[in-house]
Amino acid sequence: MSIPPALRFSGIVCVDGGHLFGPVEVEAQAGRWTCLLGPSGVGKSTILRLIAGLGAEFEFDGEITASDGHPLPPRVMMMAQDDLVMPWLDVIGNVTLGARLRGERPDHARAREVLRRVGLKDFERRRPETLSGGQRQRVALARTLMEDRPVVLLDEPFSALDARTRARMQDMTFDVLEGRTVLLVTHDVAEAARLGHKILLMTQAGMTAVSPPEADPPRPLDAPETLSTQGALLRQLMEAA
Amino acid sequence: MRRIVRIAAVTLLAVGLWQLLVTATGLPKFILPGPMLVARTLWESRAVLAEHTIVTAAEVLIGLGLGAVLGGVSAVGLAASPVARALVRPMLVFSQAIPVFALAPVLTLWLGYGLWSKIAMALLIIYFPVTSAFFDALMRTPQAWLDMAQVMRARPARVMWHIRIPAALPGFASGLRLAAVYAPIGAIIGEWVGASRGLGYLMLLANGRAKIDLMFAALIVLAVFTLALHAAVDRGCRTALDRYGAPRAPA
Repeated sequence: MSIPPALRFSGIVCVDGGHLFGPVEVEAQAGRWTCLLGPSGVGKSTILRLIAGLGAEFEFDGEITASDGHPLPPRVMMMAQDDLVMPWLDVIGNVTLGARLRGERPDHARAREVLRRVGLKDFERRRPETLSGGQRQRVALARTLMEDRPVVLLDEPFSALDARTRARMQDMTFDVLEGRTVLLVTHDVAEAARLGHKILLMTQAGMTAVSPPEADPPRPLDAPETLSTQGALLRQLMEAA
Repeated sequence: MRRIVRIAAVTLLAVGLWQLLVTATGLPKFILPGPMLVARTLWESRAVLAEHTIVTAAEVLIGLGLGAVLGGVSAVGLAASPVARALVRPMLVFSQAIPVFALAPVLTLWLGYGLWSKIAMALLIIYFPVTSAFFDALMRTPQAWLDMAQVMRARPARVMWHIRIPAALPGFASGLRLAAVYAPIGAIIGEWVGASRGLGYLMLLANGRAKIDLMFAALIVLAVFTLALHAAVDRGCRTALDRYGAPRAPA
């Protein structure tokens, strides 16, 4: 993995000539977690798609830059709410899919190591339909790690999980993505309060930076500071709407 | 078990209605033979029927195999290349405006009276359903999968092979199920136009000689064969898709 850059997104997004949102500005610090919090439909996912080099259906007027000046898309990996696990491939087949799609030789030894890190050591040959939602999301995390990109964009990857699985998945993801530049889109105030080195609140009115708790993430779910930030975030979210 | 009972009940009802029609109208047996007479003919002419069934079955199976391969390759080609789509697709649709029946005499002229003109008919009749069912499925790959592939810097040919084709296999299977029903129609039309063997030929021959009972017997054999073929293809597709782990419903 190359050295993770900071990234900056700023601009206006239109679709079919109609104004969608913006101007907005998002800055993610190098090697840290930036949480982009906001209600559904405000354009958070669109920002991620544009950073990843997707979203050809949007007209984007602005710039997306990395602090080192190199192009971003080849250094970005995405993980979404839908685990996007291919039902016809077993776990290791899914984790090594990227290599096969690029015509490279899949590195099975590394894939096994990555699976061990996400706690799926003995699941290599399992079919996706035999896995729980949380396990499938860990397959997606392993696939993301396998790509070994310095920038990781997370689009509500935990929102379909039950509360306990979600909290564990947050800890595990935070741990394995250590040192990468992470931009997490979420509509869950608790998630933002737990995980963000930096928290950005995006509403129709625009972008506001909210100061996170002082402790380093991942913060305990029940720490008073985490809870009060959660409350403050929710209040701002309500007031903006 | 319940299924067998249901099939038996439906068959019994159909045969009963048939007999009722014969009794009520009093039509002579060279116009409408009763089920008993047809059953007897079915048994007594079993050797002749078997001989002709083998010929028709061979035409249908070869046609089906070739149609599946050709349809599969065409669908992938069309899905992979926008140029092919722009050029070939209108031609394909236009070709559907020509009734395949009308082509039968020409095919017989070109390919002779043997197996190949019938195989060609079967192939022509199933080519479009197979191609279009598979093609449609190939064009409906979930966008999120394609996006992920793009983020992974995938090569288009590999996306086709590793994502689009596997995801579209249920569509291909629906095409094959349709083809299993259509292919016998193609072979029979081919045999009507010119043949010296096959169930279609036997039907024409029996009809011409007022052996309507034999005509009906051949028709029943054909129907049973078609149903069996459809059931076999359906089960084969299901088993293959399950083992492969393809998405259940057409994507």
